[in-house]
Amino acid sequence: MFEAIAFYLFAFLTISMFFIAVTTSQALYALTALAAGMIFISAFFFILGADFLGAIQIVVYSGAVMALYAFGMMFFDTTREVKEKQGNKYIVVGLSTIAAVLVVLIFAAPLVSNNITALYPVIEGAGNTQEVGMVLFTKYLIPFEVAAVMLLVAMIAGIVLAGKKMDLSITLMNDAEINEIKTEQTKKVLS
Amino acid sequence: MEKYLYIALFAPLVGSLFAALFAATPKKTFVGVIGSLLIFTAFVSSSILLSYILGGGAPVHVEMMTWMATGDLYIPFGFVVDQVSVTMMMVVTLVSTVVHIYSIGYMDHDKSFNRFFSWLSAFVFSMMVLVMSDNFAGLFIGWEGVGLCSWGLIGFWYHKEIATWAANEAFIMNRIADLGMLIGIFLVYWNTGSLQYDIAFAAMQGLDASVLTWIGIFLFVGAMGKSAQFPLHTWLADAMEGPTPVSALIHAATMVTAGVYLVVRANPLYDLIPHVGLFIASLGAFVALFAASMALVNRDMKRIIAYSTLSQLGYMFVAAGLGAYWVALFHLMAHAFFKALLFLGAGNVMHAMHDELDPFKMGGLKKPMKWTFIMMTIASVALAGIYPLAGFFSKDLILEVAMIEHHYIIYSVLLFTAGLTAFYSFRLVALIFHGEERHKLFGIDPHEAYKYMLIGMSPLLILAIIAGSLKMTYFEMVTQLLPATEYHIHSAITYWIMTIGTQVFVVAAIIYAYKKYANSSVKVPDGTSAMENSLGYKILINQYYIPYAYEEYIVKPYRELSGILWKQVDMKVVDATVDGIAGILYKTGENTRDMQSGNLSTMLKWMVAGTVAMLSLAVVFGLAARYSDEILAILSGLGV
Amino acid sequence: MEIGLNHYLVLSTILFAIGLVGVMRRKNLLLLFFATEILLNSVNIAFAAISHFYGDLTGQMFAFFVIAIAASEVAVGLGLLIVWHKRHGNIDLDTLSTMKG
Repeated sequence: MFEAIAFYLFAFLTISMFFIAVTTSQALYALTALAAGMIFISAFFFILGADFLGAIQIVVYSGAVMALYAFGMMFFDTTREVKEKQGNKYIVVGLSTIAAVLVVLIFAAPLVSNNITALYPVIEGAGNTQEVGMVLFTKYLIPFEVAAVMLLVAMIAGIVLAGKKMDLSITLMNDAEINEIKTEQTKKVLS
Repeated sequence: MEKYLYIALFAPLVGSLFAALFAATPKKTFVGVIGSLLIFTAFVSSSILLSYILGGGAPVHVEMMTWMATGDLYIPFGFVVDQVSVTMMMVVTLVSTVVHIYSIGYMDHDKSFNRFFSWLSAFVFSMMVLVMSDNFAGLFIGWEGVGLCSWGLIGFWYHKEIATWAANEAFIMNRIADLGMLIGIFLVYWNTGSLQYDIAFAAMQGLDASVLTWIGIFLFVGAMGKSAQFPLHTWLADAMEGPTPVSALIHAATMVTAGVYLVVRANPLYDLIPHVGLFIASLGAFVALFAASMALVNRDMKRIIAYSTLSQLGYMFVAAGLGAYWVALFHLMAHAFFKALLFLGAGNVMHAMHDELDPFKMGGLKKPMKWTFIMMTIASVALAGIYPLAGFFSKDLILEVAMIEHHYIIYSVLLFTAGLTAFYSFRLVALIFHGEERHKLFGIDPHEAYKYMLIGMSPLLILAIIAGSLKMTYFEMVTQLLPATEYHIHSAITYWIMTIGTQVFVVAAIIYAYKKYANSSVKVPDGTSAMENSLGYKILINQYYIPYAYEEYIVKPYRELSGILWKQVDMKVVDATVDGIAGILYKTGENTRDMQSGNLSTMLKWMVAGTVAMLSLAVVFGLAARYSDEILAILSGLGV
Repeated sequence: MEIGLNHYLVLSTILFAIGLVGVMRRKNLLLLFFATEILLNSVNIAFAAISHFYGDLTGQMFAFFVIAIAASEVAVGLGLLIVWHKRHGNIDLDTLSTMKG
């Protein structure tokens, strides 16, 4: 019973938060609503017994990704209201509804749901984290390593894309050169 | 012997292709010389084949290659040299050789000299295919080939609109008749299962009379077009727009005789349907009189000779229709010689008179043009049928045939026409060569044709004189294939009355013509004399108003109809549909181009729409796969 | 009432639909990225739910990798967004039409 209450509560919360995130005209509200939604989704993971996944959700999504978005928001003018083009909202809503209905139909069909077999079954007795560790580092090792490489690449890409004046290295220059650059900059501004 | 067949058949083609190489270059004499040499080679081969057949040889039958072998239909490119075809080959190659040599001189100043020889040799090749084929399909190929070359030659001076009009008229009239011939050929194949002459004619013995009547009628319709029988006759007179050698070759000796050849070749068929034969003979007699009447008053030299050809074709059809096939073929042969001679002589006169065609504007040419005068007079004597020249033996034979078969009306028509023939032929000769030199009024100074042209015409002259004596040899040979009916009038008195009476009538007509036209009081008619304004004259000079009727009542409405079909149906319906389909595709492309607006938002919407579409497809197919048996049951219940 | 797999799947679908609405509707690129995050998260829920109800850990593994990829995608995407902003001065979606056909 508790499970049912928890499910419906968090479901309601998640849906409303995400709804706000897509419909509000204030960017800041959207960001906040998104972050809240992430947290509530982690609640689902906990309900489902995927403790490790829930923890990861909070740390990575609500922590890192949201922080990234917050930093990104600093670059852009967030006080300005977002102008939405007057597109036909019926098309938008209609398409989404139809897509949703179809997906539900497909998943609910007995053809799909009767044919799912477990490949990596849960081992009773161990905690979720241990199970995850056991599967991740044995059967999913290669995807894990590849994901690590991909994260490295993404990091470098982020730095390169967003960096300024990356050909100069302040740590390798001595004080005289740094002062020279500073006076040049100020000179330009003054004249 | 086969190699002579192939040489005779393909030498003209080689000549034509050789001349065609030079068709766009200015005149080169050697083109004409080589063309003539190749035709002469064909003539030599034909003579060798003739002597072989005369010596009792069996007909030479070759099958060069298979044209069509589909299902039950088997049509080869086959050629046969039997008694009938070797006669035709001789006539065709001899007259062609003479005409080729003549043309070297006649077309001397023409800048399309090479093209002329190409067309002329191509014509000879088609005619050879026509007479040498051993099946109806090959005959038809040759038939169409001579029609095409005739078109090219009549309209040779294509910058003259009247020439192109005449060429089109000839071709289209022939085409109309060819429809009948095609139907006839189809009926032959359908009822007998083969287009080979021997097989088809053998099978026809067993068919019933109505089918044979239809076949005979349709094949004769084709012959009507090619041999210019009424009502498809107007093209022959208008075909005189072409150069005179063309008229000599095509419209005297060869192409127009193709119709007669067809009837002669199909004699097993026409023997079985004598009522159709009677119709052919009656039509032939009518045409003979009809054409002769129009030649009486005509003022165009070549047209007079053309009407004369038409009239003699009528004679040939009378003979063929009454079952005297060898007589028809004999008259064909003799007529080819003297008519070609007449035309070539007229060509000389035209050349001398700077292309003037009205005989009233000539006169007294026998002094400057002695040889032409002699040749044309002898040819006219032969045409009139005076003993002992060629025409007597052939024409009088036809009159005998008509009398023996008890067709007295036809006999009297033909007799009267013989008189008319003599009259207008000598009217022409008298106006041109005798009397006062009216041409001096127009400032023309005539001279004789080149020596080699005259020498080239001489074989025709000799044959026009002696062809009668070849009759028995010819009879022996050709009746191995054709029915050998000998026409004897048992009562000697009747025979002599007939013969002498005909000769007297003809000579009287000649004398009358000379009296009227060879004296010095002949003036150029200028439309004021009483005779010119008489109704009879008007009818005859306008060719019974038949060309006018064709133009008004057939050509004009057809042109209107074509115009309507073009503008209303073709442009508005057919073109609109085709353009409409293209337009739909184009508009669809333009409208879907908006999908690629570059606007990410729109493209995301399209992406979701696409996903929805594919999901629906997945649902539909999943359901179909799941319930396929029920769906099949429902569909079969609906009767699909 | 027993919460079964279907409940979670319906929830996931609803969230996915909301994410689709956001993707189609938003004109500001940054807010578009937010909607993309919603899509990814809804799919994660579905994976975790199926994994739980069939006793299979594959779903959770997949969810991990989705999170990892989402994170790197955010990094690169924001980097690109910054470059674009430097060039054009705004991040309106309608200006992003150089791929016009």
